[in-house]
Amino acid sequence: MKTSHSPVAAASHESTASRAVQLTFVALLGVFVIGGVGFSHISAVHNASHDVRHANAFPCH
Amino acid sequence: MSLFRTLLFTAALAGIGTGVVVAGIHMVGTAPLILKAEAYEEAGDAAPAAHTHDAAPHDDATTHEAGAGETAATAVAAHVHDDEGWEPANGFERNGLTFVFMALTGFGFALLLLAASELAGGLKDWRQGIVWGFAGFAVFTIAPQIGLPPELPAMPAADLMARQLWWIGTAAATATGLGLLVFGRSPLLAALGVAVIVVPHAIGAPQPPSYETPIPEALHHSFVVASTVASFVFWVLLGGLCGYLRPRFAAQASAPLAARPA
Repeated sequence: MKTSHSPVAAASHESTASRAVQLTFVALLGVFVIGGVGFSHISAVHNASHDVRHANAFPCH
Repeated sequence: MSLFRTLLFTAALAGIGTGVVVAGIHMVGTAPLILKAEAYEEAGDAAPAAHTHDAAPHDDATTHEAGAGETAATAVAAHVHDDEGWEPANGFERNGLTFVFMALTGFGFALLLLAASELAGGLKDWRQGIVWGFAGFAVFTIAPQIGLPPELPAMPAADLMARQLWWIGTAAATATGLGLLVFGRSPLLAALGVAVIVVPHAIGAPQPPSYETPIPEALHHSFVVASTVASFVFWVLLGGLCGYLRPRFAAQASAPLAARPA
């Protein structure tokens, strides 16, 4: 595994643990955004994203 | 922080670019069909109140007749679209929101695509990105649509929560299955991958109690085609842009880091 002291590791981002945390945040943010656009039950959000939900075949109504 | 920022910027740019292009495709593809379906929905809503003969005065062609025009007007007034509360006005507001939400959809799916592809070492170029785009198309378009085809307003459907759960479960299972097929390096894992992909369809998507709908089948078929083709363009473009942008943002992010003393 890479250590954070070698220049190679510095060039190719951080340690494995740090990568895992960052990727988890990226994935969670993605889930949050898609959840809001495609799955939120809040009426105003549903009505605003209505056509996008139908067009992308998210379950709607 | 740099990997997170690289992926965030890549997803934002790829998502906005893809969202704007595909929202344009939806304007000429799916959006007119949704409006047509809403005309049928409104006619269908008006039908029980007017209590007229089944088919006769509620076709598109009858708007010139005084009586039908009146019925249509009441239908529009009564049409609250299942939900109460605010909804965008037709035209600029409604279509503008489609552009905004398509960009957000692109951003969200790009984040998922990038996070997954990082586990396999990160996207190296646009061609690799397109391959991951195909995977996204399979996971988020094809697999859920086998059980729950794209639907128009006024089409019968099972309980919303049940369908959402099945949709999410199917997408997750398909992603897991594809991962096992492509990265699991044994026939056993490949077989397991196939099984995981098949399971949601063996369980079956939640179906409505009745398939009766005022929407003509030809209209629905056109919508399924328009929606699926638009999704295909969406995923190829999103994957390609992610693959193109990711190495460029990564180079920018690591350059100042490498220059810094350790």
